[in-house]
Amino acid sequence: MGILAAVLSGFVVAVIAPWLTRWLGDRIGWVIAILPLSITAYLFTFIPAVADGEVRQYSLQWIPVLDVSLSFQVDGLGLIFALLISGIGTLIMFYGGAYLQGHHQLGRFYVYILMFMASMLGVVLADNLITFFVFFELTSITSYLLIGFDHNSEASRYSARQALLVTAIGGQFLLVGLILLAIVGGGWEFSALVDQADVIQDHSLYLPIMILILGGAFTKSAQIPFHFWLPGAMAAPTPVSAYLHSATMVKAGVYLLARVNPTLGGTEAWQYTLTTFGAATMLVGAYLAIQRTDLKQLLAYTTVSTLGLLTMLIGIGTEIALKAAMVSLVVHSLYKGALFLVAGTIDHETGTRDIRILGGLRKLMPITAVGAGIAALSMAGIPPLFGFIGKELVYEAALDMDTWAVALAFIAVVSNVLMVAIAGITGIHPFTGPERETPKHAHEAPVAFWLGPLILGALGLVIGILPGLVDARIISPAISAITGEPVEVTIYLWHGLNVMLAMSAITVALGVVAYVFREQVRNLSNLTWELGRVGSEAAYDGALVLLDIVARGQTRIIQNGYLRFYFLTILVVLVVAAVYPLATYGDIEIAGDLNDIRFYEWGVAIIVLLGAYMAVRAQSRLAAVAALGTVGYGVATIYILYGAPDLAMTQILVETLTVILFVLVLYRLPQFATLSRPSSRARDAVVAVTAGALMTVLVLIVSNVQFEPPISEFHAEEAYPLAHGRNVVNVILVDFRAVDTLGEIIVLAVAGIGVYALLRLRLWEDRTEQ
Amino acid sequence: METLMALVVGALFASGVYLMMRRSIVKLAIGLVLLSQSANLLFFTAAGLTRGSPPLVPEGETAPPVPFADPLPQALILTAIVIGFGVLAFTLVLVKRVYQTVGTDDLDEMRSTDT
Amino acid sequence: MTSLILQTAARSLVAVLLLFSIFLLLRGHDEPGGGFIGGLVAAAAFTLYAISFDVPSTRRVLGIRPQMMIAIGLLLAGGSGVFALLTQDPYLTHLWYDLDIPGFGEVHLGTFLLFDIGVFLVVIGTTLLVVLTLSEE
Repeated sequence: MGILAAVLSGFVVAVIAPWLTRWLGDRIGWVIAILPLSITAYLFTFIPAVADGEVRQYSLQWIPVLDVSLSFQVDGLGLIFALLISGIGTLIMFYGGAYLQGHHQLGRFYVYILMFMASMLGVVLADNLITFFVFFELTSITSYLLIGFDHNSEASRYSARQALLVTAIGGQFLLVGLILLAIVGGGWEFSALVDQADVIQDHSLYLPIMILILGGAFTKSAQIPFHFWLPGAMAAPTPVSAYLHSATMVKAGVYLLARVNPTLGGTEAWQYTLTTFGAATMLVGAYLAIQRTDLKQLLAYTTVSTLGLLTMLIGIGTEIALKAAMVSLVVHSLYKGALFLVAGTIDHETGTRDIRILGGLRKLMPITAVGAGIAALSMAGIPPLFGFIGKELVYEAALDMDTWAVALAFIAVVSNVLMVAIAGITGIHPFTGPERETPKHAHEAPVAFWLGPLILGALGLVIGILPGLVDARIISPAISAITGEPVEVTIYLWHGLNVMLAMSAITVALGVVAYVFREQVRNLSNLTWELGRVGSEAAYDGALVLLDIVARGQTRIIQNGYLRFYFLTILVVLVVAAVYPLATYGDIEIAGDLNDIRFYEWGVAIIVLLGAYMAVRAQSRLAAVAALGTVGYGVATIYILYGAPDLAMTQILVETLTVILFVLVLYRLPQFATLSRPSSRARDAVVAVTAGALMTVLVLIVSNVQFEPPISEFHAEEAYPLAHGRNVVNVILVDFRAVDTLGEIIVLAVAGIGVYALLRLRLWEDRTEQ
Repeated sequence: METLMALVVGALFASGVYLMMRRSIVKLAIGLVLLSQSANLLFFTAAGLTRGSPPLVPEGETAPPVPFADPLPQALILTAIVIGFGVLAFTLVLVKRVYQTVGTDDLDEMRSTDT
Repeated sequence: MTSLILQTAARSLVAVLLLFSIFLLLRGHDEPGGGFIGGLVAAAAFTLYAISFDVPSTRRVLGIRPQMMIAIGLLLAGGSGVFALLTQDPYLTHLWYDLDIPGFGEVHLGTFLLFDIGVFLVVIGTTLLVVLTLSEE
């Protein structure tokens, strides 16, 4: 119950957030932060049990017939993510209040971001596949709303749509993959599927399932070639970028990989796909990052790089690799969250995010500088920060692999050299050197701005010095959940003098060199700038243009605006669709018998047919209306002949009123005119006669088929005893099927009001024209 | 008797849809009336026809004497007739409004008025 | 269209037709008739009046706006089902009361009648709304 409340409370508070914002004014951020803070506190109570290997589960029926339940579980993997989400969420809530202070849509911001937080908690705590998918998609939607928060800007709208399309299309793949997974594995819960790993991996659908699920994970986590939406997402307000697009949402894909690892992982296909895509993303992300001059863009591309790293580590899949993955996950969330918040603060205080203009802010913003510095050191992997441990573990994991060890280690070193340089550029460079002229004169920001970076930086430092705080409590249970077996790991700051330490030293040394010569490195890398234009973003834009062309073309052909062609199409499809089964199922009996017909029945039928013919051939409107009357009264006679006096009366009355209606309208309408060519008239006549013949045949077939005893007998037998009525038709109308009748008179009333509105609207227009 | 009524249904259906495929907008409305007649009659016939014995319970009895005409399609058709009238009224007024606004009764010329 | 003969005939015909429509409505549960048919007859009666005289005088005779008739009708039909909720039955299950009127015999009264009167009013209201608004054009 508590888990459900923790997940759903965000949605509840989101609903009232606009009023809270209006009521609380500038203090709103601190008040809203209470919610994620209490969720964090609540999650902390799970740590002892989860560390002992327990998994807490909670399930609520949702759609029982489809085996979809709102089931949640708290295991090591879910807990580590949930803690990051609610913990960083707390900082984001009050930071956002300060960052967007006075913004006229602050309430809307909180609606979106609270819904996002709740969805994200749902993603990492869900056990049921469908529940997981629903929350997974909700994060895409809330991300869309947040990227497009500044909806007056065209760039924001473009980026928001791009992010939504890429992640949502991936989501469709994921949905198919999850459904196949459930069918093959015979269960709808992640926890149940773990035991079916052998069955699933031997199944012929294993590869399709894997590819489909990877489609969802790679788009969400911005793996190459789907990486391009993430830098675009920087159009969102900076707190959003810090929260969604570095610390949490983009890691949902990585989370998914980790979650299905015990079920799908361990095969060669899995291992090589993830390692290849991960390593490529890591390298390309870091390389693209160094080209940028905008603080947020730099950070965005390094996020892409880190997401690649995490994917690669999960792909390697050894215990040491997963240990490196979980440590890197925490390290990255801490330092990247901090650096993003600092970037927002700098932007807020100086009015620019361009690193070529920024410099010397340490004196003006000392506290922010401290937070940024610690975070940058962690990013660079300098001891004793947690980032150092992460980097050591990454190298160890790469070297530990049976194949590709050297290649992966080399890629890791190159990427990390660039990361060190970027850590300097984003966390140190703006604060050092001589003071520069910026669009706004900077001051130290209020507490809400620097508290977050400081807390995150301090956490990186404390965990780095005392890794024993987290290894058994948080990291080990998470690794156990990813491997599917209980694992105990210990993390040390000092690994001894070994290859990894040497690699770390080389990385830092080269990174410092790259930082010092950052201008030259950037200029050098800009030589390949043009390559970006033929990349996947160009393919995305091309696909959209193509979609437009196809949509316009098919609209011109199918939605051509000619009512009669719509009709023609419907009839032709109807005839083909009905005739085909009639021709193939041989045993259908069509009983045509004209012997039992009495002469007066012939008479009535001929009158109706003549009326219909006159209506078609009539050259004047009045003649057509008269012909309609003939048909109507003829049909009424048919109702009388076959025991339906109520119908006959209704038909006669309606016929009378119809004629009056036509007369009222008709003399304001144009004369009949023959507009179509003889050839099209002939074509229409052929189609109409064919369709009519089909109707005749269908009636003959249907009147010979009796699948079930008719319900009418019940109505006839019970009409008097139950409903005290002797007219069974009326009893059905007002009693047995009264709800239907109620619906029908509502339709009638709506039609009448529609007529009234159409006519009155015109009168009103006339009056205004006069 | 079903055979004859089936022929009537087919003929009404054919005339109705033929008129609805014309370009003149008044013919559309007339076709609509024929089409709904055809639909009502189709339902009536498909349920099976019984000559001259309406589903009424005589005094002193609790059920109508067998054979009786099927009451259920009658109830459905009854409301269908009345709703058909409502829809026809709406169509006619719509036709009138369109003609007044657009100034043509040629459906082919109306396809571009909303762009 | 003002013809003296038509107007004289209409005056008495409308009265007879209205009476007949109520007769049809009330007997509808046992004999052919009911709310739909009765409503159509009444609507035809008022339409006849409107053709013989004019729309304003028809509205005067009617005494109530057709929109209001639709609203009351829907309220009656929809409301007649609420009584069933009091006895824990599904919505629109009709309830019955046997009434013994001295000198007339036993009469069944039920909430079905409210429903049928609702149908009756909606049918009159809609038809007249269309016919009268069109005639005013």
